[in-house]
Amino acid sequence: MSDLVVRAEGLRKRFGKTQALDGVDLSMRRGTVLGVLGPNGAGKTTAVRVLATLLRPDEGTAEVAGIDVLKQPQRVRRRIGLTGQYASVDEDLTGTQNLVLIGQLLDLTTRDAKRRAVELLEWFDLTEAAGRPAKTYSGGMRRRLDLAASLVGHPEVIFLDEPTTGLDPAKREDMWGVVRSQVTQGASVLLTTQYLEEADALADEIVVIHHGRVIAFDTPDGLKRRVGGLTLRVRPSDPARVPDALRVLDAVAAPGTGASMDDAAGARRGAISVPVATDTAIDEALPALRRAGIEFSDLGLHLPSLDEVFHSLTESTTAPQTTAAKEDELV
Amino acid sequence: MTTLDVPVRNIVGDIDKPRGGALAAQVRHSVALARRSLIKTIRTPEALIDVTLQPIIFLLIFTYLFGGAITGGDRHAYLQFLLPGLLAQSLAMGGIALGQNLNADIEKGVFDRFRSLPVARSAPLVGAVVADIVRYMTVCVVMLGFGSVMGFRVETGLLPALAAVGLSIGFGLCFCWISVWVGMMVRTSGAVQGTMFLLVMPLSFGSNVFVETSTLPGWLQSFVHVNPITHLVGTIRGLLVGGPVQFHLLITLAWMAGLLAVFVPLALRAYGRRA
Ligand SMILES: Nc1ncnc2c1ncn2[C@@H]1O[C@H](COP(=O)(O)OP(=O)(O)OP(=O)(O)O)[C@@H](O)[C@H]1O
Ligand SMILES: [Mg+2]
Repeated sequence: MSDLVVRAEGLRKRFGKTQALDGVDLSMRRGTVLGVLGPNGAGKTTAVRVLATLLRPDEGTAEVAGIDVLKQPQRVRRRIGLTGQYASVDEDLTGTQNLVLIGQLLDLTTRDAKRRAVELLEWFDLTEAAGRPAKTYSGGMRRRLDLAASLVGHPEVIFLDEPTTGLDPAKREDMWGVVRSQVTQGASVLLTTQYLEEADALADEIVVIHHGRVIAFDTPDGLKRRVGGLTLRVRPSDPARVPDALRVLDAVAAPGTGASMDDAAGARRGAISVPVATDTAIDEALPALRRAGIEFSDLGLHLPSLDEVFHSLTESTTAPQTTAAKEDELV
Repeated sequence: MTTLDVPVRNIVGDIDKPRGGALAAQVRHSVALARRSLIKTIRTPEALIDVTLQPIIFLLIFTYLFGGAITGGDRHAYLQFLLPGLLAQSLAMGGIALGQNLNADIEKGVFDRFRSLPVARSAPLVGAVVADIVRYMTVCVVMLGFGSVMGFRVETGLLPALAAVGLSIGFGLCFCWISVWVGMMVRTSGAVQGTMFLLVMPLSFGSNVFVETSTLPGWLQSFVHVNPITHLVGTIRGLLVGGPVQFHLLITLAWMAGLLAVFVPLALRAYGRRA
């Protein structure tokens, strides 16, 4: 059996003037989390809808759990769980009724469907609200019910489109726990998110989509390394020694760069940043600082944050005409 | 949140085979989805106004306001004439809400979930239509019940009256597929209502619901004669207050079959296309 549980090639989808997907290739390894990042309108939801059999692409092929999404959608549907970007719980039904209905549609017996509903409601902290119509739920409760709904059938592949949008920080971390536990039990999770922190925390690999194209595909660390490279950061204890420290650290800087005062405000104020080629630079920097008698309160190697990566990736890719036109309409 | 361990898929047997075979599964799914619609109806009884209060108001207005003028004084005779007609009109109008509800469900994204589940494409629509039986039954009970308070009397017998109710519900179930189709085609639920009114109004007024066909101008009569509502009314009148039934019944049944043959595939196709 293939190690890839999601494989898409050359997906294209056009809505009127908008080329929502413009040749997207995706792959997700079994038992991993793939994070799909991209600014608003990048095509994330469209890609998820194609993979979850809700939308036929104009061009391209896709396989989920080894099955062709376009040729055998029904078999794919038996293996996936989907939580769309917008809550799709039935507001007039109670939490229990929502989940039982889905269980029945997944061919569980009514008894099993009920048992599964109780289990999931408890897991998602909704037991107390289980008997109330979902329209009385708060936004976060609806979102959780929506997530529970995608797990009713113990799916092999789970698609989560911005699963934690609208959740408070504690519930968001709970949700990360849910995702991790699903993966531990053998599921594979494809999730889109606006939170880089979330992708960093959960994803084994990240795809960045922009204007319907994949502009990067790597591990979180790989992405960070690719864009900004490693930085050695040193904070001399005595501000008067900064000029000396700059001179010493220049020697370990990557070719063509040099040590400089970090111009960022806040925590990094007063620290010196040195772009370095490899992490062995720290072995040279330490003895050199000691020899010069410079004491420091902080010293470490840093990768750029995913935020920085994301901005540098999406800003360097220019917008095609069609999308620009569409964004005007939105204003 | 507890750390309860939720086991991975533990389905026994071939995961690709629906339990009990494809047909049984489809029936089960449709019933489960019909149940969903019924729960919604029970939660929002005010959504039943169009099959309860509205027909009653029509009955009152036409009997007491226009009845005397139309028949030259005999209100009871007019009520006997009018009630079967209004029953048919209410059935046609009663289907409008279905298209509106389906349209709203799709707009809200509720159907996305169903479409990501391994159910027959038709199940969500069939389930919703099946649940509409309750509304058509309500129309019949309300019309006959309130009508009898106003003085309406069945002049035939119990069996013909039951047949009239059965045919009414059957017609409602066929006619509402137009509304389902419109619900799939237009953007908003308000537009479903507008479009359906444009259709139902000429059908119910351009018929024998309120006046005898013979009183109408010739060109209108030719429309009235092909109008399915006319033949449904003819059948129900025959079954409730007496008169020839067979001719109208055959044409009504033909119309019902025709409506299903045309609008079920149209609705399913439109549903499939709507992303
Ligand atoms: N049904 C539709 N009809 C017309 N245009 C659409 C439709 N669905 C998506 N689009 C357009 O396709 C593009 C991609 O949309 P998509 O929803 O996939 O973006 P996204 O990456 O999920 O964005 P967001 O972060 O805002 O959710 C957008 O320009 C959007 O306007
Ligand atoms: Mg989206």
